[in-house]
Amino acid sequence: MNMFADLHLAPEALAVHAPVLLVLAPFMMSTASVFAPNGRFAWGMALLTSAFTVWMSLVLASDVAREGVISYHMGGWAPPLGIEFRADGLNVLIVILISFMALMSALFAQPAVAREIRTEKQPLFYTAFQICLAGLMGMALTGDAFNLFVFLEISSIATYVLVGLGATRDRRALTAAFNYLIMGTIGASFFVIGVGFLYAATGTLNMADIAERLNGLDDSRVVQAGFGFIVVGLGLKAAMFPLHQWLPNAYAYAPSFVTVFLSATATKAAFYALARFIFTVYDPNWDFVVAAMNYVLAPAACLAILFCSFQAIFQLDVRRVLAYSSVAQVGYMLLGLSVGTVAGLSAGMFHLANHALMKGALFMAVGAVALHSNVWRVCDFKGAAKTAPLTIAGFTVAAFSLMGTPLTVGFLSKLRLYDAVVINGWWWAAVVIATSSILAFFYVGRLLQAAYLMKPDEGAPEIKEAPMVILFALWVLAGLNIYFFFDSSLPLGLAEAGAEAVLGASAGGVQ
Amino acid sequence: MSFEFLTEVNPGFAVIFAGVLAYFLRVPVLRAIITIGGPIVGLIMLVSLSEFGVDHGVMRVMDLTAITYRVDSLSFIFALAFLIAATINSIYSLHNKDPLQDACALIYAGAAIAASLCGDLMTVFFFWELTAVSSVFLIWQTGTKAAYKAGMRYIAIQILSGVLLLFGAVYFLGNHGDLSLRAISLEEEGAWLIFLGFGIKAAFPFLHNWLQDAYPKATPTGAVVLSAFTTKLAVYMFARMFPGEHILIYIGAVMTIFPVFFAVVENDLRKVLAYSLNNQVGFMICAIGVANLDTEYGRYALNGAAAHAFAHIMYKGLLFMSMGAVMHRTGTTQASELGGLWRTMPLTALFCLVGAASISAFPLFSGFVAKSMTMSSVGHEGFVIVWCMLLFASAGVLEHSGIKIPYFAFFGHDSGKRPKEAPFNMLVAMGFSAFICIAVGFPGLGGARWLYSNLPYQTEALYYLDHYLWTWDHVITQFQLLVLAMLAFVLMKRFGLYPAEKPGVVLDFDWTYRRLGFGVATWAGDVWGRAGPAMANGWKQLGGRVHTYLTHAFSPEGILSKGGPSGSMAVWAALVLGLVIVVSIISAI
Repeated sequence: MNMFADLHLAPEALAVHAPVLLVLAPFMMSTASVFAPNGRFAWGMALLTSAFTVWMSLVLASDVAREGVISYHMGGWAPPLGIEFRADGLNVLIVILISFMALMSALFAQPAVAREIRTEKQPLFYTAFQICLAGLMGMALTGDAFNLFVFLEISSIATYVLVGLGATRDRRALTAAFNYLIMGTIGASFFVIGVGFLYAATGTLNMADIAERLNGLDDSRVVQAGFGFIVVGLGLKAAMFPLHQWLPNAYAYAPSFVTVFLSATATKAAFYALARFIFTVYDPNWDFVVAAMNYVLAPAACLAILFCSFQAIFQLDVRRVLAYSSVAQVGYMLLGLSVGTVAGLSAGMFHLANHALMKGALFMAVGAVALHSNVWRVCDFKGAAKTAPLTIAGFTVAAFSLMGTPLTVGFLSKLRLYDAVVINGWWWAAVVIATSSILAFFYVGRLLQAAYLMKPDEGAPEIKEAPMVILFALWVLAGLNIYFFFDSSLPLGLAEAGAEAVLGASAGGVQ
Repeated sequence: MSFEFLTEVNPGFAVIFAGVLAYFLRVPVLRAIITIGGPIVGLIMLVSLSEFGVDHGVMRVMDLTAITYRVDSLSFIFALAFLIAATINSIYSLHNKDPLQDACALIYAGAAIAASLCGDLMTVFFFWELTAVSSVFLIWQTGTKAAYKAGMRYIAIQILSGVLLLFGAVYFLGNHGDLSLRAISLEEEGAWLIFLGFGIKAAFPFLHNWLQDAYPKATPTGAVVLSAFTTKLAVYMFARMFPGEHILIYIGAVMTIFPVFFAVVENDLRKVLAYSLNNQVGFMICAIGVANLDTEYGRYALNGAAAHAFAHIMYKGLLFMSMGAVMHRTGTTQASELGGLWRTMPLTALFCLVGAASISAFPLFSGFVAKSMTMSSVGHEGFVIVWCMLLFASAGVLEHSGIKIPYFAFFGHDSGKRPKEAPFNMLVAMGFSAFICIAVGFPGLGGARWLYSNLPYQTEALYYLDHYLWTWDHVITQFQLLVLAMLAFVLMKRFGLYPAEKPGVVLDFDWTYRRLGFGVATWAGDVWGRAGPAMANGWKQLGGRVHTYLTHAFSPEGILSKGGPSGSMAVWAALVLGLVIVVSIISAI
């Protein structure tokens, strides 16, 4: 965090409003881009928005580095009555990650959307994207439990639209979007029921205030039931096993830009919200929270890691391989979270950031390959390394990171996770991680093997190199996968600061 | 211009770099220069280094310190052997027109060299994995389906070894806070994981199948390269971290014995070599087990392991090279299809004989010089049974590697094949190796003194050289063993005591033992001949069934992948909710 302390990126008058601008800017722009004359113009607006959010998130990060916790009062109404936006160590990482990945995906968007979405729908498409971005930012920043539900719904509804727009290219997108809608709504309702229980028990909706008033209420059935609903609701949104079934199809049939963006941000924001509730609203030292982490979340994480790695091995569609792998990776993060120590949570958050980098790059490369030839099967990738060397090389770097090979950042987060579970004495979890490393080798190796070692089939469409702008975004992400191995102070520093911020507050946070 | 900086860089990096470069150079001449030049530069870098035991290269990753370059007398001899082998292998594969294979061979060799020259477990792990990933291409490049499958099995088990190592290293880091390489005991937490990780690479009994599975399916040049590095790197790591660990003595002894039976009945000559590789590594492992570094004989034993590794890399490479040449010219290494090749491949046959004599530890050849210390120290420390096992195994080596390989390939019944002599570059490479085998072994050439003076415990090594090595009883014992073994082979041959393609003879220094050995060998051969295919079939069926189950469960049509109708999701959500609440309630009681 210290590296941000000396940054002064914006005048004071603007910097004060950074928390709200992060949400407001995408909202305003989304409305404006409805009236954009064509897709290209709308794209420019979206790019501008995401660049602006990157800037604002850095401003926010430097403020948090200097002042610790930033509390922004909407309309000057002080919490707990007014709505509060709150930035601390935990959500700074998420805000930076979401805005950065939005920028990278926006770079990817121009050629991809121009090809995959009907011309007259393109401005609306970008509108939906910016609404989704605003929703995710709001989820990350708000300090109000009900507000969090609202932002969750905003981002989700925009997401359903975005996924459904994949229908131009693949009709299965419609059923995927519908399924996602039903399941997402179930998740959101569970969450809001949970918040309702909390409101019943405490009479307030401000998260910090709830936390305060929950003191001594850990025997209350209402509080416990609320916890169950919230964990399930947010777990569903974060694709926690076995509530992940909406994810593979949604990722596979959405427009490729949407997949890139969602895989790097949507589950991450939900994961953050889950961590926020478990560690700051509830107390991770309470018996029933500890029990839920040990006997529900940790086993679910391990099952996710194993089952979905296996499932990834057997998929024929590249996007589904990567989608199942995403569920497995969410398992890693959940495992880190369920350890419940600073080391565990920081490993989870660190992996969260790394996973966004690698999955973003992987989906970008896959989307780029499909851009010209519209091929998605593993066997279609045969010989791609010859005809699209730079795209596949970027894919390879990210794939190695996904496997957790040294020289890539994936190795570091797996190492942290190993460390965290071993120190906690969870040797079985370490075995699971070890096993899945080998499984990951197989599902990724299949793709690499097809790309590098096999000759293309007769008459198969030739795979072309991606356009410059995609290559740029792809290689920025792939480069970061390597760069952060050698100097991991930025993501690791943020993750550790985040874990310490929430766990330091709750009496050491060690079980 | 100063070349000082070269002493700060791990020579393995130079070789890896040469490998990466070789992939992109599409001009054959340039590639040839790079592939040979890389290891030679590495050699110069290693030899010109003056200081042992100093961290020459250090890197920081997260909160770990990675020591990327550190040499001491133990790593020096291994790295030296690796670098010489890498150079010779490059010459041997000059005729290849395959950049991928050249590159992978060099990266693989470079990774092994780098691993032997770094100073902490995490760096070792990194290069450990790199050797696995780069070497698998040497198997895949054969291009057959069998090679592809063997490669997959190979890489899976190699990665498992790496994961175990990493897992152990993390345990270690948690308990001690540092990862520097040092001798540890198995009682320490996590040591078993590291031990197993090494054990897989060293092809311990029951962990060994990847070796016989993969090596014979590699390309002709690939098998040569593979034979040099992986197992010897594991031997080095054992010498580094587990010297004097008694369990290694017994593991090593078993390793020397059991491949003998398989090697005797095996028809594929490259597979015979793979088994004999196992047996040779067994000698080294056994020596490391005896190597209690506080005693004189313990130090002899460690010296023995190092010397054996050096000599072994040379002669096993030579044997694989000669078989590679045969493979290159005739397209097969099946004993039953070969024979009488000496007429047209006289030089290859000669080099093969040198290699055979060396591996059988004929006095005047390198094997004798190297193995002698191991035998002496095992005998001196009172492991009589182990000593007998090693002796028996030595006779076995003579039979399957010393006699069987040259006899069935180059002599024996005439197959009628009249291939051309091996390509010139192969002959040069084999000539080099043969030269080293003789130079090290032949008294008076100074090679033995040179080797001994480069061993980890120099004083002890030279003392042993001057006082024990060339004593009469030593030489005569060895000769008795060899002559009897050969006599037996000749007699067996004369009286037709075995089927031509499946000669089953294991000989020992004593008639009774010899008959016993023969009995055991034929029995084992019979059992293997019948049980082997049945077992393989069983495995295949089991494998097939497991695969079917997995497909049923996980494939896109599988049970777990049914697009998840929203209804079932709701049920799942309710179930998880119920679970959370039940767990909360139970925890509150």
